Order: sequence, then structure tokens, then C-alpha cells
Amino acid sequence: MTVHNLQITASAPDPALLDLPWDIPLVDWPEETLAALPRGISRHIVRFVRLSGRVIAIKEIGESVAYREYELLRQLRRLEVPSVVPVGVITGRKAPDGEPLEAVLVTEHLQFSLPYRALYSQALRPDTAARLIDALAVLLVRLHLVGFYWGDVSLSNTLFRRDAETFAAYLVDAETGDLHRQLSPGQRAYDVDLARTNIIGELMDLAAGELLDEDVDEVSIGDALVARYEELWETLTESESFESNERWRVAARIERLNELGFDVGELAITTDIDGTSVQIQPKVVDAGHHSRRLLRLTGLDVQENQARRLLNDLDSFRAATDRQNDDEEFVAHDWLRGVFEATIRAVPRDLRRKLEPAQLFHEILDHRWFVSERAGRDVPMAEATRSYVDDVLRHRPDEKSVLGLAPGEKDPELDA
Amino acid sequence: MATVTYDHASRLYPGTERPAVDQLNLHIEDGEFLVLVGPSGCGKSTSLRMLAGLEDVNGGSIYIGDRDVTDVQPKDRDIAMVFQNYALYPHMSVADNMGFALKIAGKPKAEIRQRVEEAAKILDLTEYLDRKPKALSGGQRQRVAMGRAIVRQPQVFLMDEPLSNLDAKLRVQTRTQIASLQRRLGVTTVYVTHDQTEALTMGDRIAVLKDGLLQQVGTPRDMYDTPANVFVAGFIGSPAMNLGTFTVTGGVAEIGPARLPLERDVASRITEADNGRVTVGFRPESLDIVTQADESAFPVEVNLVEELGSDAFVYGTLKGDLAAQAEVHSGAGDDQVIVRVDPRSVPAKGERIYVTIRPGHSHVFSSASGERIS
Repeated sequence: MTVHNLQITASAPDPALLDLPWDIPLVDWPEETLAALPRGISRHIVRFVRLSGRVIAIKEIGESVAYREYELLRQLRRLEVPSVVPVGVITGRKAPDGEPLEAVLVTEHLQFSLPYRALYSQALRPDTAARLIDALAVLLVRLHLVGFYWGDVSLSNTLFRRDAETFAAYLVDAETGDLHRQLSPGQRAYDVDLARTNIIGELMDLAAGELLDEDVDEVSIGDALVARYEELWETLTESESFESNERWRVAARIERLNELGFDVGELAITTDIDGTSVQIQPKVVDAGHHSRRLLRLTGLDVQENQARRLLNDLDSFRAATDRQNDDEEFVAHDWLRGVFEATIRAVPRDLRRKLEPAQLFHEILDHRWFVSERAGRDVPMAEATRSYVDDVLRHRPDEKSVLGLAPGEKDPELDA
Repeated sequence: MATVTYDHASRLYPGTERPAVDQLNLHIEDGEFLVLVGPSGCGKSTSLRMLAGLEDVNGGSIYIGDRDVTDVQPKDRDIAMVFQNYALYPHMSVADNMGFALKIAGKPKAEIRQRVEEAAKILDLTEYLDRKPKALSGGQRQRVAMGRAIVRQPQVFLMDEPLSNLDAKLRVQTRTQIASLQRRLGVTTVYVTHDQTEALTMGDRIAVLKDGLLQQVGTPRDMYDTPANVFVAGFIGSPAMNLGTFTVTGGVAEIGPARLPLERDVASRITEADNGRVTVGFRPESLDIVTQADESAFPVEVNLVEELGSDAFVYGTLKGDLAAQAEVHSGAGDDQVIVRVDPRSVPAKGERIYVTIRPGHSHVFSSASGERIS
């Protein structure tokens, strides 16, 4: 008989992976190995493990499905869709008695991400639920634009990161997904309908566990996702006709898409034979309009709405320092050193890691507005930062690695 | 409940030259369990997704009952994709887990409860209805997922490789459950798999696809006994059929030193394109060990014996004068022949055994077209 060896397929394998107890079924991994257990009932065994200073998620799953999902996640990364980073697939696992063990898919835990079940302490409030739905609608549109059919859209298959006052959604589970050249209207409609059903189901589940604010109407939130999705899809893809003397509408359309956070990579413009009317339709749109601009100006790689906030602050800095005629890059450089980095550095190191720097900056800006209004004067940044650290940040939980349950801890939701 | 008809249904992906599904004609009876099977890229999943409304149909039509659904939105087709979602909700009772989609659809409470109870009875979940899913075993959770589709009372169930992400034990268990459940419910079901064993054990009929083309449709017995071409012959059955291309002289195929007389009407179907050769197929279980003296015996040198308790299989090489000219392959690879032998008397490795094809158990195909001629 052939001898089966452990096989690791990974683009950049971490040798520390070899030290994990692959000859033990995941469900029996010793507590000292684990960083956390997942919450709730999932269809596969999943464990979180600390490895070389980061956290990885390990999921036991059939071999062919594992390779398939690994490849899909890699393709989604290449297409720059927000999704978890695949680390690798491990096959050929065997127990000491020779019994073969299930293959595993390893992904990196997304730092500062929050599962939706972690986004409420007592109950999920209506405005939080609405912001999650907005984020999910954006993610679904972005996935559909690149031709990805998800097949199991749900809140639990998504992770959320704070993005200024909103959330940004990341795809976690691509098991049921498929990448096509282009999605048919039927595929999109089905995905959206499934998303609606799953989200309402998840909210009904929270309601059954008395974890949902009583004001939340599950069905209307599900319907809101469909509406948000359709509205965004229309704006990004619909064709628009106008008289040829209204050519300013081309620029206006691009500006509207920029405002929504999208860049237009390709715009089809057609005119009728006598040239009296023009039709335009965006063919390629890329998310990340603001984050790309901020990256170009400052090298900061942050989420879209955080970038929007930071760019606004950069604009006010430019106005306040009367440098409208200076080169934008130079101003941005000075803002980065003198405002952004100075503010982050003013936060004590041990508290700084509770939030992403851009999120921290956003919250300090919010706080400054709040304390300025209360004091009836313009509170300077340094003073606002001190007040924010003492009154807010100190009392907030660390969100760098919000995982499931601590090893040994019982899932309160399951024992309810 | 309804029939399903593919009428010259084709799917051509933009930018490709060959259709992913090419003029599929298939009629599925009311209540039938039809399995679409074939290797990856054969068009089986695309065919299913065309029925679900997830793929555009570029030519031809698809009917559910008498209704042309070719351009109907997926949610208006009255179909259910089973197992698309089997995440269970921990706070909800098993009954609510099964019936929540009906609640969303605004069905009256009494009707939901009735439908859920009916489904639970069929699924053996009645006593768990008011409990939470954490009380259920893995297999029972699978059944709740099936229950979600059942309570919707669709015209057709669609299942796309539903067992692929289960572990081996649960896979076999769920396979049996799905098959028996489908028979009890009598709902027309279209099931996609790449696994021919799954197809043989579950389907009332099997449709084998390759390169977007329907190769053959029939009962598991039809597929096994009279494969329509070389592809189906090699695909259906485990271990796979031995297939070899041999020279025909005077109506006799020469297999090594053995002479296999072809029936007159078979021999008459050999065309010029076949160049005096035919492809003969014989299943591992259609071979008998005989002595060298037997006129129809051909020698096989034993490379490996696989003992499975109830069965034993010899993996060997065809030997003899004409063996070098024959192109032989089987489930074990090129130049390999698989022979089922009595597990109580297995030959040793390196030994030479003589085997003969049981009369009436050979399959003859055109060496040029691969089509069955026997």
C-alpha cells in the first residue's frame, strides 16, 4: 500500500503549521493549542489557533471542497474583493492508529473583524442591524460585479470591520460559491433572495434568543437588503440616455459613482445615427475610490469610509493652513506627519491596539466634535485625544482579535 | 408535482466556442429520481442550474409540467434547492428551523405547523420538533435541512452534489436517507453528482454527460448491462470495465492468444473506418478463471491482489503473442486488466492466470466511433 504523508498546499507556508497536532481530530484538539472556539452551531468543525503571532482559523472539510474553496478565496483576493485570506489546505492527515482524518482549510483570521453576533452586548439595535445590512449589500454588489455567485449569503458567513461610522463586510465562507465570467440576472436574483431568507432567519433566531431589540422588524430588514442591493446595482450598471447637448451628464454620472465610493474603469458611450442623443453605461466599476486616493496621497491603506473621513480632515487641514495652491501630495505628507501620526502616537501604546489606527482617528475626530460642542469652543486635537483616551477608549473592549469563546467557556447561546 | 423536460436546451458561455450544455433532450417523469452524472466539466451542474434558473438558456426550452419556465425567475419556478443552506439556528426550535421560510412568506401559523409536522413525521423528527438543534445528531441535522425544502412543497427538488462536504460516514448514511425519502415523498428530483456509485445507488434513471453532450440515459441496470458507448462503459461500474482494442480476423476478435467469436450481426456492423479492429469491453466480474487449455482463455500476469473480504480483485497485465498490439485499459490504468476472483483462492503476485469472458458478457464497440455495436 502507498504511504500517505501530510500534504500542505500553501502559497507561503509557515513552518510553524507543522507543529500543530494534525494527527488529532480538530474536535479533540487540546485547549492549550486553541485561541478560541467558534460560537453557535456551524456545519463544520472550526477552531481558532494562535500561530507565529497571528490567529488562524482551521476548518475540517472534504478534500475536494477544501481545495476548491482555497482556490476560490485566492481568486477573490486577486479580484480585490474583501474576503478572508486563505493560508492553505492540509490533506493526508492520519490518526496514530492509521485512521484517515478529514482535510482542513486554513484561513487567516481577519484582524479587527467582528462577527455579527459580537456586535451587540445585550441586544442588536435597529440602527446597527441596518448598518450591517448596508455593508452586506455593498459586498454582495461587489461580488456580483466580478462574477461571483455566493450561494449562501448570510450574516454568519460574513465578518464586519468598523469603517468610520459604518461597517465594511468581508466574505468568510466561499464553500457554496462559484466564479463566472458574468452573472446572469437569474443568478443575482437567486443570491439576493437567498440572502433575504437567510438574514431574516438569522434575525428571527436572535429574536427567539431574546437577543434582538424589540423594535427590530426582521422581515423589513431582509427587504431593506434587497432594496439597497437593487438601488446600488442600478446606479452602478444602468444605462442612461440624454440629448447630446447635455454632455455634462457624463461627468455628473462619474461623480455620482465616485460619491458612492466607486471608480469608473470603463464607460461605454454610444450616440444615435444623427447624433442627437447619447447613451452612457458604466462597464467596469471598481470599489475603493476614496481608499485608493488616500493610499496614493499618504500610503495609508484603510477602508473606504475611513478614507473618506481622513480625506475630509486632510481637506480641512489644507484650508486651515491656507495651502490650496500647494501640491496636494506635499500637503498630504505634512498632514500625515503632523496630524494623523501625531494623534495616533498620542494614544498610549497599550490602548492603541484596541482599534485600527484609522478607526481610532475617526473616533477621535467624532469625539472632538462632541467635546467642542459641549465646551462651546474649538477643542484642539491634542486635548480631544487626551479626553477620548480617558473617557472612551480606556473603557472599550479590545477588538483586534474578537474570536468566539475562550477554551473551556460554554456557549451561552447554546445553553440558553 | 410535475414532469421536467429539457427540449434542445443549450447553454453557451460568452467567449467560448463549445456549448457547456449542447442541445440537451431529456424528459423526467413525475416523481422520478433522475441523477445527472459525469466527470467535471461535463455540463451536469450547468444543466441543473439551467433548470433552477441560475443559468441562461441560449437555445431550446425547459418545461416544468406543461409550463415553459425558460425565462421565468428562479423564485417563481416552484422548485427547491435542497441543502443550499443547512446552518441551523441555535435559539429556534427544530420546528421553527424547518418552517421559518413559510413564516417569511406569510403563511398562516396553523398551516405552517401542519406542514412541519407532516415533514417531521416523514423525517423521523416528530419527537424533536420542540427541542433546540443542539439536541440533534449530525444525521438528524441533515434531515432538518431536508425538512426546510419539504415544507415548501415544491414541484421539483434540485440537489447539486449535496454530499460533497460531508465526511465519509455521514455521506453514505445521508445517501440512503435521501433516496428512501424521495421515494416516500414522490417529488420529482434532479440530483447532480460526479460519483457513479452515488448515481447507481440512488437514481431511478441516470443520465451520463460528457463534454456537454448527453451520452446515455437509462436505469442503473441499463447503464451497467448495455452501455451505449465506450465512455459510459468505462464510467459506470466499480471497478471500471476493462476495455481493449483488438484485431478482428474472419469475424473473430483476437485477445492475446484467445479468440472471441463475434456474432454475425455484430461483425456486420464493423465499418471501414474501424480498420479491422473493435473495442471489446468486459467487466472484472464477467471473467472466469480457466485453464490454459481453454480455447477462449487469455493469460494475465498478476501484479497485485486487492482483497476486500467479500471480493478480491486481481490487477494484472495481459500477456501472450498478440497482447503487445492490443490497447488495453481499465480502472487501474493503461495496460492493466482487473479480474474479480474468488476471495477464498487468490493467485499470488507474479503468477500467470488464464481467464475467459463469460459467454454473453462481452460488450463490443466500434473502434472508430466508440458506439456500441453488440
